Amino acid sequence: MHKLGLIIRREYLAKVRNKSFVVMTFLSPILLVGMVVLIAYLTRVNDNEKRIVAVLNESTFLKDDFLPKPGVSFVALKGLSLEAAKDSTLAMGYYGLFYLPAGNSLERVAEGAYFYTREAPSTLVLERIERIVENRLREFRLEQAGMSPDQYARLGSGFELNTATFSGERSAKGINEFKALVGGGFGYLIMMFIIIYGGFVMRSVIEEKTSRIIEVIISSVKPFQLMLGKIIGTSLAGITQFVIWIFSATLLLVGALVFMDLDPGLLMGQARLAPGMEGAFAPGMEQALASGDVKVGEETLLVVGELLKIPMGMLVFFFLVYFILGYLIYASIYAAIGAAVDNETDTQQFIFPIILPLMLAIYVGFFSVFSNPHGPIAVGFSIFPLTSPIVMLMRLPGGIGEGGVPLWQLLLSILLLVLTFLAIVYLAAKIYRVGILMYGKKPTYKELFKWLKY
Amino acid sequence: MDPILSIREVSKSFGEFKALDRVSLEVPRHTIYGLLGPNGAGKTTLIRIINQITYPDQGEVLFDGKPLQPQDVARIGYLPEERGLYKSMKVGEQALYLAQLKGLSKIEARRELAYWFEKLEIGDWWNRKVQELSKGMAQKIQFIVTVLHKPKLLIFDEPFSGFDPINAALIKDQILELRQQGASIIFSTHRMESVEELCESIALIHRSRMILEGRLSDIKKAYKLNRFRIRWTPRAALATLDGLQERMPLMDPVFDPEENTWEFTVQLEGGGQAALLGYLSEGGAISSFQEVIPSANEIFIQTVKKQEAHA
Repeated sequence: MHKLGLIIRREYLAKVRNKSFVVMTFLSPILLVGMVVLIAYLTRVNDNEKRIVAVLNESTFLKDDFLPKPGVSFVALKGLSLEAAKDSTLAMGYYGLFYLPAGNSLERVAEGAYFYTREAPSTLVLERIERIVENRLREFRLEQAGMSPDQYARLGSGFELNTATFSGERSAKGINEFKALVGGGFGYLIMMFIIIYGGFVMRSVIEEKTSRIIEVIISSVKPFQLMLGKIIGTSLAGITQFVIWIFSATLLLVGALVFMDLDPGLLMGQARLAPGMEGAFAPGMEQALASGDVKVGEETLLVVGELLKIPMGMLVFFFLVYFILGYLIYASIYAAIGAAVDNETDTQQFIFPIILPLMLAIYVGFFSVFSNPHGPIAVGFSIFPLTSPIVMLMRLPGGIGEGGVPLWQLLLSILLLVLTFLAIVYLAAKIYRVGILMYGKKPTYKELFKWLKY
Repeated sequence: MDPILSIREVSKSFGEFKALDRVSLEVPRHTIYGLLGPNGAGKTTLIRIINQITYPDQGEVLFDGKPLQPQDVARIGYLPEERGLYKSMKVGEQALYLAQLKGLSKIEARRELAYWFEKLEIGDWWNRKVQELSKGMAQKIQFIVTVLHKPKLLIFDEPFSGFDPINAALIKDQILELRQQGASIIFSTHRMESVEELCESIALIHRSRMILEGRLSDIKKAYKLNRFRIRWTPRAALATLDGLQERMPLMDPVFDPEENTWEFTVQLEGGGQAALLGYLSEGGAISSFQEVIPSANEIFIQTVKKQEAHA
């Protein structure tokens, strides 16, 4: 145990003192925040840009409709021919020319209308103009049909189904997506962690092979001890980095937004809605909010209520369980790959099959679990050990037992994960033990299989 | 005195390939024991078994009279042929780490390192990174780390490769000194000249089998062929060796006309020395009469060839 401690300590320090690691740790949050700020800034600049559209209206309709809108304002041209109007639009540097021909009916005029621009016009501007004409046309047609705008409004209103659970509580719509997003955040975290720090473990093994120190070390400690110490040491370094990232990114982001005079409440508001949710998912949620046609007051309260009901303690507990088991499984595979090859370029053929189940888990999670957290695909992938750490975490915010993940599925999933963990670590340690002493061989899968029997 | 290490009927296979086939040997205490053999003979596999890096399929290994235990790694020092150091770690820190892995406490390790760094005159390297060192410098550190924990058994696999002649001599002196202090040393190499210089006993492994083992002087005696190299100046000018040739086979005769001297090797049957000496001194002056003792290299090549002829 003492030796394992020494190894963990060395691996941790070697990683943490590494220059590029230090740079990455402190630079990444700055880059991330810089990007967010840049996007926010550009969006604002974009919004502030006013486009002026010249309007040449030869008809008698739509006289008073061209009022300034966000992003677009209008200038009326009078008494010019179309050609002259085009010239003056160009000369004045206006964005475009909207031309309405003379006509005895609105329908006719609308049909003959043209929008001239230098290049293909922006959809925003087009939409604004189309909306103006469309509104007028609708009124006109309603009038023709003998219907008042009020009557029409009632006609167009849809139907919203009220939903409730069997126990009689009202349930919020779209809540499955929210819940899966919370779990998805955790699942995504696991995937990123595995890919980044699994790669570190692998490179660290390759380094020991290429620097030829490996045989010196394993004449003092068991290869398995070295492998385990390496995995633990590297992941501790990873956790250190992650904690620094999360803290500094949050601080920087809030600071930057305040400094930029942008509304940090935007972020805060979302943070209040979904505690523990990663910033990356905030836009997705906004969309979900918008697309759900939510009646903001009541429905939002419901959503908040549901989210507060997500058992965070339980979720964090299982996050740790799945994180530790899942990471150990993948990290030992990475270590075995590192031991099998002589340099990093040879790792490609082995890396892809590892990434595959991770990607699959994320995609299945986002496409299947979101819409149906307890459907057969979601259940299958949340039990299959290579994908369960991610997919099960997406299902878990729904709770355990009634209405959530059945207990047997959870237990089966963890049992399989533990068994897989033992099997994979056993096999990986075997490949590792043989591989670290093999030089100059480009291993094939067949070769690796043979090593298992040495 | 019982041997420090006994290997008994050890076999090891990797898949179809048999790396060691019922190898037995005994390493006496306080000696330098040469483990010889061509590349791929199985030396490294045997050494790895002694270091418990791999395990034998059959047979047993006794260390200090008892079956080899995991904790015995602390009493063995091993300098592998494929050796290196962590490139981005500082010299001192790295030496401390490796010493602690061998079971020394931090304080002990520091004390021993201070002694060795001074002895090999590298005290000011403590805070330098390994990547700044030359290959020879790094080898010195590796040597220190191997011997630091005062192991009873030291195993050096091609220890002199990568050293310039001065440092090689320095390391050779250190090895001899360690033996003087009571360590037993296994010395694996295919460089025969260092075997003659250092080893008291040798084992020769070829194609996974032990084909020769024993004290080097005994082996040499056994391989003596009763051959003598003679330098002789005949009394008569331009005398030929024809008379001699009739009595016994001659090898490699060389004539130096300026000195009027012959040099040649004879193969004697048992006890023909006196008669030959009598004949030669009658006919001229003997300036040298020396028994030809086979070198380790010749024994090595001869034995390997014989083995291959059998196979």
